Amino acid sequence: MARFLVRRLLVAIPTLIAISFIIFAVLDLAPGDPTGNLPLTIPAEVREQVRRSLGVDDPFLIKYAKWARQFFVYEPISLFENATGITFPGQEGRLRILSWQTRSPVSDLIVQRLPQTLWVVGLAYLLGIVIAIPVGVYSAYRQYSIFDQVGTLVSMIGFSVPTFFTGLLAIIVFSVHLKWFPSIYDTTLVVRDWPSFVQQLRQMIMPVTVLAFFNASQLSRFMRSTMLDNIHQDYARTARSKGLKERVVILQHVLRNSLIPVVTLIALGIPGVFTGAIITEQIFRVNGLGDLLIRGIYNSDIPLVQTITFMFAVLIVFFNILADVAYGYLDPRIRYV
Amino acid sequence: MKFLRTIILIVGLLALMGTSLAQRGRDGNLDLLYWQAVSILNPYLSGGTKDIYGSSIVLEPLARYAPDGSFVPFLAAEIPTVENGGIAEDLTSITWKLRDDVVWSDGTPFTAADVVFTGEYCMNDEAGCTARNFFNDIESIEALDDHTVHITFSVPKPFPYSAFVSAESPILQRAQFADCIGVRAQACSAQNFGPIGTGPFVVRDFRPNDVVTYEANELFREADKPAFQTVTLKGGGDAASAARAVLETGEADWAWNLQVDPVVLAQMEAAGIGQLTSSFGTSVERILVNFTNVDASLGNDRGEYMDGNNPHPILADLRVRQALSMAIDREILVEIGYGPTGTTTCNIIPAPEIYASSANDDCLMQDVEGANALLDEAGWERGADGVRVKDGRRFSLLYQTSTNAVRQDFQALIKEWWEELGVEVELRNIDAGVFFGNDPSSPDTYGKFWADVQMFTSSAAGTDVEAYANRWTCGEISGRQNQWLGNNQHRWCESEYDALSDQLAQTVDIDERAELIKAMNDMLVQDVAVMPLVHRADVSARANSLMGTQKQSWDSELWNIADWYRGQ
Repeated sequence: MARFLVRRLLVAIPTLIAISFIIFAVLDLAPGDPTGNLPLTIPAEVREQVRRSLGVDDPFLIKYAKWARQFFVYEPISLFENATGITFPGQEGRLRILSWQTRSPVSDLIVQRLPQTLWVVGLAYLLGIVIAIPVGVYSAYRQYSIFDQVGTLVSMIGFSVPTFFTGLLAIIVFSVHLKWFPSIYDTTLVVRDWPSFVQQLRQMIMPVTVLAFFNASQLSRFMRSTMLDNIHQDYARTARSKGLKERVVILQHVLRNSLIPVVTLIALGIPGVFTGAIITEQIFRVNGLGDLLIRGIYNSDIPLVQTITFMFAVLIVFFNILADVAYGYLDPRIRYV
Repeated sequence: MKFLRTIILIVGLLALMGTSLAQRGRDGNLDLLYWQAVSILNPYLSGGTKDIYGSSIVLEPLARYAPDGSFVPFLAAEIPTVENGGIAEDLTSITWKLRDDVVWSDGTPFTAADVVFTGEYCMNDEAGCTARNFFNDIESIEALDDHTVHITFSVPKPFPYSAFVSAESPILQRAQFADCIGVRAQACSAQNFGPIGTGPFVVRDFRPNDVVTYEANELFREADKPAFQTVTLKGGGDAASAARAVLETGEADWAWNLQVDPVVLAQMEAAGIGQLTSSFGTSVERILVNFTNVDASLGNDRGEYMDGNNPHPILADLRVRQALSMAIDREILVEIGYGPTGTTTCNIIPAPEIYASSANDDCLMQDVEGANALLDEAGWERGADGVRVKDGRRFSLLYQTSTNAVRQDFQALIKEWWEELGVEVELRNIDAGVFFGNDPSSPDTYGKFWADVQMFTSSAAGTDVEAYANRWTCGEISGRQNQWLGNNQHRWCESEYDALSDQLAQTVDIDERAELIKAMNDMLVQDVAVMPLVHRADVSARANSLMGTQKQSWDSELWNIADWYRGQ
């Protein structure tokens, strides 16, 4: 087990370096100009100076080397210093990865955006799982029952109607007409007492519901089909003929086996929580990581986009390993060598 | 006696109410909504108008534009003119007298040293200052005493009000930015996120690309202002939902830049809790005509001017250009794309009033028949498939613009009109970040203009249109030698126009200047170098309860936020 982990982690390193290089190359080759959104009244010579000050026109390899050094050396040092208060001597002049739009360290932006993304997107993900698993299990157990039919219909709707539609619909119904919930998410709200907690709930309810609906629809279909695969297997019949209670058969035997692919799916979906939900965040102005990323792309803010995409890659690799490890717990037949 | 006492009591009460009404911070919080969030609060490093507006609440220039295009002194005691001796007779220097009662929000006095420093900050070529052109032709900026600044120009400047005027060029505090000169400007996040200013509000909290919260400046020079205690400038989302938040849900008091389908806006406005407010600057949606051959087979010479030896095979003929312009129905364009937020125009310089020519108004009438006759006369004959042909060449145009719903509607309509003339039109839209970018390796920038016609909006900076009119001089032609960064993207060159431009640079009298500018405008439009389509307004929405706003296009729309208050 330990050997397996070490080997996987060692393989991950060259993979990630290759990924970071590919992302950088793609971003660098993509057309776009960080001065493209400046007012047209600003003449071209001035734009040229702005680009030079940002280092946009540096040769590709130099830009990559700069970024890599900042990401792998300077940023960890800064994080460590900020977390512990210890300062390394001789490191004062180091430049952190600066976003071109804001001229501020990218990691500060990410840290600032993380709370609302985790709250809204993370909660929606959790909620989606909590809804999807029982619904999927029961739908499979009572296949073609009314519950199953209704569940199928609802999840088809949830799966096929995009969030930019359900989000807008929710705003028009609950914000414009009923005036129950705010359509603008206040990121500066600090929960410190009961009224502010209620306020936080009110502003989270629409984005979380819209996202959770989408997540649950997807996952419950998957849960249902893997349950169906297992429910008619011989081992389930054996368990029943041994005289085990139906409850035990379904929850301990069938569910446990059916969960294996579902757990992989859930684990691989977690990195998605960290990049946020671009569309939903924009509609409700949650301004989390998804919004940061998409605005970075619009404004050709390459250091920002590069850093976020690369962190996404790290998370995917990490959760892949995690999913593999989780297999071992769920299925004792799997051995790591 | 009793009557008199009652009167005195009432008067006394009224007076008391009066003072309490005029207190700073009496109206609580003001919610501004900018769907493009503010990225940085230093306008000299800004990435767009939103940043400039966001900082205009805190930082102030020496003078701002008023809605009518005149100047209002802010940190200056008065507007320098030749009459009051503020501008030298030979127009090579300007002397600003500063107010002596202004303090920064940290309590230190505002002096001429801050003004001189701001000049040094932006004129440093390493800094990447986006307002660098406001400081063109400046030889020196000196402080004559604590409250007098003297700016010397290397050439006579008929319009010397650019440095330190308007929201794009406010004064930074020297003490705060002293370590941020040149390359170090980029890494000064703390300063760029929380500039110390002299304005009615100070930055309390800034979350880049999300939300800015401001608090009333306790040291602001007018004791009873601002009326609001705090301002929240929220960003994100899109224009339509921003309009909804002010006009339908009432969650915000002010929303900026609402280029939304006019029908949708009218429906939202009908809810009755807010209204649209717009102002006209010099923004004109226009079609540029390419004067060079952009055939890909030309290789390196593609789109190069080559002293006029690479003319466009179709569009070099004036009659053809006239025909294309005549086929357009500008009224329909305005109706479909802009509604009350735009108006038809036949001028490329439609404002300020004194510069607006009336010589071109016949473009407002669509004339397909006349256009067809012109093309016949030019020797373009209809082929079997209806497309005109001349000397074996099909009349086929590539029409490009940026990706934007209104622009794509315009493209479709104009394509239809041009097809009625027997013109084959291929449409293309390019992401705005790429199109308006200057990436020299991209073939799709508006600077390269590797298409036959292209459409976008542009405008002059402020009310002085001289620099804007100079974009069409021969020296500004874009090409390989200037990395396609020239402002004359269509490569139009007329020596007569250049002569007018030279004359303008020597002319001081405002009426003579107006005549010259009109002549330049007429030449551009009558030679159909450019087809003006729509004079666009800047549109914002305000809640009915928000009073004192004076929307304008020459300066920040938040220019007089100190005077805003909550009505009933």
